Amino acid sequence: MTIGQSVNIMVVDDEEIVRDSLTGWLEEDGYVVEAVESGKKALERLAAKSWNLMLVDLKMPGMDGIQLMDEVHKTNPEMLVIIMTAYATVDTAVKAMKKGAYDYFVKPFNPDDISLTIRKIVDHHKLVEENLFLRKELKKQYKLRDMISKNEKMLEIFELARTVANSGSTVLIQGESGTGKELLARAIHDESPRSDAPFISVSCASLTESLLETELFGHEKGAFTGAASIHRGKLELAQDGTLFLDEIGDISLKLQMDLLRVLEQKEFRRVGGSELIAISSRILAATNRDLKKAIEEGRFRADLYYRLNVISIHIPPLRERREDIPLLVDHFIEKFNIEMGKRIMGATEEAVRILMANDWPGNARELRNIIERAMVVAKGNVITESDIRVPSTTPGETNTRTKSLEEIEKDHILAVLMENRWNIARSAHTLDIDRVTLYNKIRKFELKKEADAPDP
Amino acid sequence: MADCLAAPVREMPEMPVPPGSLMTGRNQHSSTKILKEMLLEVPADALKILGITEKDLCIPILTYVFGEAQLGGTVGVVSLARLRQEFHGLAPNRPLFLERARKESLHELGHTFGLVHCGSRECVMYLSNTVGDVDSKGRDFCRYCRTVMASNAGKRREP
Repeated sequence: MTIGQSVNIMVVDDEEIVRDSLTGWLEEDGYVVEAVESGKKALERLAAKSWNLMLVDLKMPGMDGIQLMDEVHKTNPEMLVIIMTAYATVDTAVKAMKKGAYDYFVKPFNPDDISLTIRKIVDHHKLVEENLFLRKELKKQYKLRDMISKNEKMLEIFELARTVANSGSTVLIQGESGTGKELLARAIHDESPRSDAPFISVSCASLTESLLETELFGHEKGAFTGAASIHRGKLELAQDGTLFLDEIGDISLKLQMDLLRVLEQKEFRRVGGSELIAISSRILAATNRDLKKAIEEGRFRADLYYRLNVISIHIPPLRERREDIPLLVDHFIEKFNIEMGKRIMGATEEAVRILMANDWPGNARELRNIIERAMVVAKGNVITESDIRVPSTTPGETNTRTKSLEEIEKDHILAVLMENRWNIARSAHTLDIDRVTLYNKIRKFELKKEADAPDP
Repeated sequence: MADCLAAPVREMPEMPVPPGSLMTGRNQHSSTKILKEMLLEVPADALKILGITEKDLCIPILTYVFGEAQLGGTVGVVSLARLRQEFHGLAPNRPLFLERARKESLHELGHTFGLVHCGSRECVMYLSNTVGDVDSKGRDFCRYCRTVMASNAGKRREP
C-alpha cells in the first residue's frame, strides 16, 4: 500500500480535534487525507481529486452527513461514504445504510475496525482499477486508429481495412452520414505504407463543377480569367499519398468522365495545360448515396462505379450496432476529457440506457455532439440522464403520437434537408414540392442550418 | 534502540503527564495533547524525542492507541498500558512486555522519520492495532523502510 498509487480520503467533520486526529492517524497508514469542516466545503472539494473514500460526520450544522451523502451520490454515484456519529441509534444507522452508506461507525471507534474496513475498500478499489485496466487492454483489440467497435460487421471491416491498406487498390466506402467514412479512409491511409505521405481530402458536394475541377486538377497560369499563377490541384498534392474523394455521388457527369480517365490512364493535365502529369496517389472514395440507384437513373456512370468499387466497404449505421454505443460514449468522454481538461469518469446506467434507445439518424457524429454537450453541462464527474438531450427530431412512432401535424411536417422537412446536406433542389425533389415552397417552409418554421461538422 | 538506529540514545529526566491531556469520561490521555507538550521540551541537540508512559492513550476518534507520532516530525509517544499481559487478564510476562515496548518505540520513531505503515509483516512498521499484531510482526525495519528512513534522516520538519 505504501508503494504505488495513492489512496485519497476526505474527512468531513465540524470538530477540529476529530479532523486533526483522524487525519494524522490515517496519514500514518500512508493515505492522502484532506479534512474539511462542512458539507458545503466537501462539495466544493469533490471535483478536485478522484476520492476513494469519504468519512463523514452525521451531525453537522447546516448540511448533515446523510444530506451530504445524497448530494455526493447525485454526481458520484459510486462514491464510498462511511458515516461517523457520536450518537448511536439503530434508527440512524439503518437510515444511513439504506441511503447508501458503505459503513457506519460510532465515535470513538476501535482502531482495528476502521483499519480493516479501509483496507477492504482499498483492496476492492485495486481490483476495480485492475479490472478497468484489463478492460482497456481488451478494448485495444476493438480499435482501428480512431475507430472503435465490438460489432461483428465492424470488426470484419477493420480487418479488411488493415488488409487493403497494404495494397494500392481503390476503395469505395459507403455508409450513412456520420458513420465515420472519412475516419475509415484516414485509418486506411495511416495503416498503409503511404502513411508518411499526405492524406488529402476533398468534399465533392461542397463545390461547383468548375471549382471542383480546378480543385482536383489544378490549373496553368492564364487558363482562365483570374488564373494569375499556376495552381496545383489535390491530385498533385496527394502525390505518393492518399486522395480521399468524399461525396463522390454528388459530382457532375462531366467530372465523372474526367475522373474515370485519370483512374484508367494514371495521368492527368492541369486545366489549360498540355503537360501530362503521372499520378502516384491512391484514391479512396466515399458516398452516402445509393450509387446503384444513381446508375439506374442515369446520374452516375457505371464504368466509374466499377473503377472505384474495386474494394467495397459498407459501414453499418449506428442503430444496427447499438452495442457500440456504450463503447463510443466512453471513447468520446476520454477524448473530450483531454480536449476540455475535464475529469468525467463516465455516464450513469440510465444515461447510457437512454442513449442506446435512440435511433441516431446522424450516427456516431450525432452521438459525439450529444456527449460533447453533456460534458459541458455536467455538474459532477459523471454524465447523468439530465445532462443528455437526445433530439426530438428522431422520427419514431412513440415520438410522433404526441405531436401535431405541423410539428411532424417541420421535423420531416428538417430531416430531409439534413439528409441532403441542405441542398435545396434535391430536398425539394425528395419532398415532391417546388423550391419556392421549400424556401417558404424553411422561413415559416425558422429552420436553420447547423455548422457542418467533419466525420467523427 | 541505539543498536537498531545506529545513533546515540539518551534518557531524559522524567516529565509529568500534562494534566490537560486527560480525556473527561474516558480515563485515558490524549496522545495528541501530550505530543504538543513534549514539543516544548525538545533539547537543542536532539533529533527526535520519544515519550514513554504508563497511561492508556487515545485520540478523540479512536477508543485507544498504542502510541502516536508526528509523521516526519520530532516527537512520538508510546503507552505501556496495553502492552502488559495483565491488561488482558493474563499472567505477567516481562520479556514479552519489553519486546513489545521495544517494537512500538521503534514504530513511533519510524513515523517521526517519515515512515508510513509497511505492508510487510516482517517489518516493525507493519500496522498493529492489537498485541497479537505486535507480537507477530518483525522486530526491525525492513530494507525498504530502512532506506526511506535513512534518506529522510537529514530532513527535519518545522514543528
